[in-house]
Amino acid sequence: MDFDRTKEYVNHHSEEEGKSMRKTIWIIFWVLLAVTTVEVSLGLAWKDLGLAWSFVKWTFIILTLVKAYYIVAYYMHLKHEYKNFIYMVAIPYIVLIVYLIILALNEAIFIHDTDVLM
Amino acid sequence: MAGHSPSIDSKKLWGGGSSPFNVSYGKIMMWFFLVSDAFSFSGLLISYGFMRHRFEEVWPLAEDVFTHFPFMHGDHPLLYVALMTFILIMSSVTMVLAVEAGHRMDRKKVIVWMAWTIVGGLIFVGSQAWEWSHFIHGTELGALQLADGTIVQWLSDAKDSFLIPGGREVSGAEALAAIQTGTEVYGANLTVNEYGLPAFGDFFFFITGFHGTHVFSGVVINFIIFVNVLKGTYEKRGHYEMVEKVGLYWHFVDLVWVFVFTFFYLV
Repeated sequence: MDFDRTKEYVNHHSEEEGKSMRKTIWIIFWVLLAVTTVEVSLGLAWKDLGLAWSFVKWTFIILTLVKAYYIVAYYMHLKHEYKNFIYMVAIPYIVLIVYLIILALNEAIFIHDTDVLM
Repeated sequence: MAGHSPSIDSKKLWGGGSSPFNVSYGKIMMWFFLVSDAFSFSGLLISYGFMRHRFEEVWPLAEDVFTHFPFMHGDHPLLYVALMTFILIMSSVTMVLAVEAGHRMDRKKVIVWMAWTIVGGLIFVGSQAWEWSHFIHGTELGALQLADGTIVQWLSDAKDSFLIPGGREVSGAEALAAIQTGTEVYGANLTVNEYGLPAFGDFFFFITGFHGTHVFSGVVINFIIFVNVLKGTYEKRGHYEMVEKVGLYWHFVDLVWVFVFTFFYLV
């Protein structure tokens, strides 16, 4: 008996499909490159441009999440899996990590404000 | 005995059927592993965030620490790490191209793109070694550790005045007294670091080290799969799903770097 049933779930692509997939791959590459370039230039120039640090910081964080979305959705192909599979992977992670971030940073700021070191 | 006990009615047993979510067992398990690994990295980065907020005023800034670029003099913050980021993104692209070629059973292209992915991974690991070596050796000037353990930065090459983190400048007789009881520090290790708080060095070594270990093991796993592709194992098997699975791992490593880059070097 054949226990490895992987074959049933493998998608084979035709030449045509391959062509359009490669096009998507390169488009995503340019998106990732552009976002990284913006991040680095902003990191080098924000002081000279006179931008507020909190604005720069949140721009970095949002751009990072944009990059993460494109990598996970397209390169890791998660966007094209079943919806319930996406939920199973993403929801536990997002819920717990958001909780941990709020908890940890809130606590850090509290300790910082109450226990003055210097 | 229990394994083939005839007393269980075969109608009550699950016959197998199709895999949940229409994804093969191996791929589901790879995703589970990646989620758990993502928790580990998030834990490290969030604890870094904790320290960053806790010691807001005195925490060393990465842009003041990592300013070197090979064969160039002077200060070049961010450039080297930007190059590393580019290399890793590039190797992610070659990896996904290998996966795509696998879907078309195009063995030659899988070989080419996997080879480039391995090269990219090796360059990345090498770059990280270079950065570690610079961090460990530190600057020529070094810094001063006061008797109470605080790291202060020299204000001049003559080493007669210094800056206490938080903003106070010390010179003259007060500085001289402090210099006599203090020790000079060069570079960084797990207990002391010339750029400031030792915790900064610890987090740098742990986070980039943990990530670098992932890149290195990714290169090793990619190499094993690459050899299998060369041998024609997947051609015989009828599909290239193993390439897809290592691809998932490799993209995850790239994904983690996206976050390390932002939270360690940018923010």
